[in-house]
Amino acid sequence: MTYQLETAAHPETLRRVAIDPVSRVEGHGKVTILLDDQNKVHQVRLHIVEFRGFEKFIQGRPYWEVPVMVQRLCGICPVSHHLAASKALDVIVGAKKLTATAEKMRRLMHYGQMLQSHALHFFHLCSPDLLFGFDSDVTKRNIVGVAMAHPETAKRGVLLRRFGQEVIRVTAGKRVHGTGAIPGGVNKALTIAERDELLKDIYHIVQWSRDAVQLIQKVHTQDPGLYNSFGIFRSNFMSIVGNNGDLDFYHGTLRARDDNGKIIFDHVDYQQYNQYIEEEVRPWSYMKFPYFKSIGKEHGWYKVGPLARVQNCCQISTPFAEHERKEFVDYAGGSPMHAPLAYHWTRMIEMLHAAEVIKELLHDDDLLGSDLVVQGKRQSEGVGVIEAPRGTLFHHYRVDENDLVTMANLIVSTTNNNQAMNEAIRHVARRYLHGHEVTEGLLNHIEVAIRAFDPCLSCATHALGKMPLEVELVDPEGRIVHSLSRS
Amino acid sequence: MSHTFTLDGKVVPFVDGQTIIQAASAAGVFIPHLCYHPEFKPHGSCKLCTVKVNGRHTASCTMRAAPGMVVESETEEINAERRALTQMLFVEGNHFCPSCEKSGNCQLQATAYHLGMMSAHYDHFFPNRAVDASHPDFLLDFNRCILCSLCVRASRDVDGKNVFALSGRGIKTHLIVNAKSGQLADTDFTLDDKAAQVCPVGVILKKRQGFAVPIGERKYDKAPISETAESTEGR
Ligand code: SF4
Ligand code: FES
Repeated sequence: MTYQLETAAHPETLRRVAIDPVSRVEGHGKVTILLDDQNKVHQVRLHIVEFRGFEKFIQGRPYWEVPVMVQRLCGICPVSHHLAASKALDVIVGAKKLTATAEKMRRLMHYGQMLQSHALHFFHLCSPDLLFGFDSDVTKRNIVGVAMAHPETAKRGVLLRRFGQEVIRVTAGKRVHGTGAIPGGVNKALTIAERDELLKDIYHIVQWSRDAVQLIQKVHTQDPGLYNSFGIFRSNFMSIVGNNGDLDFYHGTLRARDDNGKIIFDHVDYQQYNQYIEEEVRPWSYMKFPYFKSIGKEHGWYKVGPLARVQNCCQISTPFAEHERKEFVDYAGGSPMHAPLAYHWTRMIEMLHAAEVIKELLHDDDLLGSDLVVQGKRQSEGVGVIEAPRGTLFHHYRVDENDLVTMANLIVSTTNNNQAMNEAIRHVARRYLHGHEVTEGLLNHIEVAIRAFDPCLSCATHALGKMPLEVELVDPEGRIVHSLSRS
Repeated sequence: MSHTFTLDGKVVPFVDGQTIIQAASAAGVFIPHLCYHPEFKPHGSCKLCTVKVNGRHTASCTMRAAPGMVVESETEEINAERRALTQMLFVEGNHFCPSCEKSGNCQLQATAYHLGMMSAHYDHFFPNRAVDASHPDFLLDFNRCILCSLCVRASRDVDGKNVFALSGRGIKTHLIVNAKSGQLADTDFTLDDKAAQVCPVGVILKKRQGFAVPIGERKYDKAPISETAESTEGR
């Protein structure tokens, strides 16, 4: 847990390499690397330009608009923002406990989102690297290449994702920009026809998710030298956990562990998150760096997301996913696994759990109920937290007596992983780039490390196909000595 | 006395004193409109209802029908003009349908769909108008006002209260609240006012109700505006 390679001692004498993926609206990511004449790496930084302006934008708007409006934050997992905001507003409208129908509809929506997001990430974005190798032929290292070489895998990826989107559509009203969750509950239950339609496919979805876990487990365990060490760094980790420490993506209390798995805090009501977490601003990045207050800036940063969640929980409530969790924990050998590439394995365990939960919910008649909304004593402040596909997501609002939002603070999953992603790429740069001529294959190693965390920027730039990339080597006078691009 | 005129070649009956749009809707023919409402005196300001009568443009909500008139409405030329007017309304205000609670129940949005509007076409003004949230039951979001004056007419003519007024001229025209403070809380506006129900877009909103109706069950999800009850009363 050090800041090595964050800031070079004499940057003015070094060459600068920038990996600058052009992105769409969600965020813009860029890696800069400073090299000396012998190509030795002196500084590596991941910059993500976050859409912070949003917090200002929402001020002065009526609170009931927020869950719909926040979906504009992110085109990749709008449902997570929709639900985190709705949970914060449940607190504002005094809805202490939602009706069974409302809670289960929201859970169904969220697990549908988890399924579609994890399927997209694994099959569409990462399987080319994982199946062909990080510096394999770039012309084949894409989803089209996967479809040619492994047509069945590619097809299942598409169908898993489509099923998740269908779950979102029937719960939120639309695949994107839905309105299903409202402060205090939901605006619709499931119809029998909608339920029956989903029931037709859910059993293959569970089976294909099981197969996906097998696939990634095989890829991982066949090459432990690479998978257990690529980009590795040790860190604390955090997530919410449900009752009895179960894996829970929708609701629970905050739990954090140190790099050895020892509990740092547990059973923390997330309404009090800001007594435990502080966000640090650093001059070179727009994205803040959160850390645990009790440990301090230097050692208090942490990781979130699948690798954190699967190791933070005590068990998983569904049988197939629990079996896979145990396999993973056994493989890790009794202490937490920190290898970034293990995110892929745990992400597939989570996808399997999401599929199993959806199956259970579809057999639950509460989803067909008609009791949708509750209200109670109006409050002026509320926090909503959810485990989004990429990790813990915080939404915090204050609302005045006229019902307008006066303050919003969001800590998005990718921000929670900010320091962790920086550590991973520094490790990779030191190990693979140090002393070498920069090539596309080597740069892809950096991207592979970033992509393991599934930050929004990777999806945003990848969803259209290949990540457009420009790399420039600049000498100390600012002249371009060499440039490399692919688009 | 009953007479007839032709509307896009169809014979439409009318009685003395009826406007073209009144006769058309009684005959089940839809003419796009925004500031017209059958319960109020016409205002003739939005010009969406423009038709050609004997070859000349005129607003069908203010023009009285006359025997033997030849009226054109559903032509490519007129619909292109209506589309341009609608696009101008979109860029003058802030109309972000995906996060607007009136979406699916909004006459402006439904009219844009009806006219096949694909984009705003003009540069957005992005005005910055503060909302008025002072009233305990209502929110006014002026960002979406299309100045149809329906609330002005409803409050003055039906509620007898004069809560709203249009102020300024030309492009500076804007809706105001008739109170010293300019705040809705300082008027006698209440839930059962007619003016609380007439806004065709998302300006006058009942608080804490937004998004309670799911997508698929909102007014224009069920039928396009040309086929809703108001426009097909005569069919
Ligand atoms: S507030 Fe609504 S009803 Fe009143 S003028 Fe504006 S758009 Fe028309
Ligand atoms: S409806 Fe006739 S001018 Fe507006």
